[in-house]
Amino acid sequence: MNGVNEGVWVYLSTSPLLWLTVTLIVYCAASQLYEWSNANPLLNPVAISITLLISFLALTKTDYQLYFSGAQYIHFLLGPATVALAIPLYHQVSKLKKIWFSAMVAISTGVVLGAVSSVFIAKWLGADIQTQLSLAPKSVTAPVAMGIAEKIGALPSLTAALVVMTGVTGALICTLLFSLLGIKDNSVKGIAVGVAAHGIGTARAFKISAEMGAFSGLAMALSTLISALALPWLVTFLF
Amino acid sequence: MNFLYGLTLLLIYQLIGEGLSLFFTLSVPGPVIGMSLLFLSLLVFYKIKNNNAEKQPQNDALSNSAAAILNHLSLLFIPAGVGLIVHIDRLEDQWLPIIAAIVLGSIITMAVTAGVMMLLNRLLKLDTDSQSETKI
Repeated sequence: MNGVNEGVWVYLSTSPLLWLTVTLIVYCAASQLYEWSNANPLLNPVAISITLLISFLALTKTDYQLYFSGAQYIHFLLGPATVALAIPLYHQVSKLKKIWFSAMVAISTGVVLGAVSSVFIAKWLGADIQTQLSLAPKSVTAPVAMGIAEKIGALPSLTAALVVMTGVTGALICTLLFSLLGIKDNSVKGIAVGVAAHGIGTARAFKISAEMGAFSGLAMALSTLISALALPWLVTFLF
Repeated sequence: MNFLYGLTLLLIYQLIGEGLSLFFTLSVPGPVIGMSLLFLSLLVFYKIKNNNAEKQPQNDALSNSAAAILNHLSLLFIPAGVGLIVHIDRLEDQWLPIIAAIVLGSIITMAVTAGVMMLLNRLLKLDTDSQSETKI
């Protein structure tokens, strides 16, 4: 690399524009690949984008702080996106009226057992206390999980990464799991995947059917609310 | 213009939510309060306007902006996911408990949620088996 090129790289690599653009390019390419594969769960666009971006940051020896100075504009939209979940929820209001009781009980049970089982599995296999705490809100959508992590004394950035890993895992295994368990009802499948795998699971559910997606969004919204209320309190019991 | 109105409305609700969360030092994060308030507002608004909460418009500014953001929901998780790079050492040290907790925890969460839901639907004799009123 000659002096001029290096100068351009040094300048651009410290500007938010480069990292915002790189994130969008990688995501667009990964989404296109996902479309071409007929939404094959093994080619999850989030997993592929993250792997590529981490490799790219490691190769260019870029600091995460610097990367985030550009990527924060995308991260910021998680807030309005959470608010926006009210709309699919509202569009399902007539069905929600029929199933609200069984949905609320099922989601609460799923949230509590999911958090408790993850913490105990991690503890049993020798994870340290920070990791255990950071795993508790792993099924909650990222901005809220980070808020909960702060409240319970976990590491918010570790929680965010675990949340994304959990979402990708849920999206990856849900189809297989439901066919093994013989579950066919789209509203039940949607609710289960929304509780376990938040927005990434919901994105996957919309690829399977519109109804499953709407119920996954509903479950994500309700489980977010229940987790925000219950998890800080539950954690004081567990630790 | 439509998209801008919708986005502005979403941000207003988030702002109110954040404000309430900070002011009352609630454990519920601001965006979740914003979502709940928006849901309640929609119920009340359409109840008054149409005298019928079941009849909902699907193409208004708010629905379009919400769909635009929610269609790319998975993109929004990428910056946080790349944060894994900061915790690579921890992941190397504790990969077994972390992976096991995530995979088994997800299976347990999904199986328990679906199981409880189906059991209650059967007990309450609810007919939820789809197709009859599918709409988004």
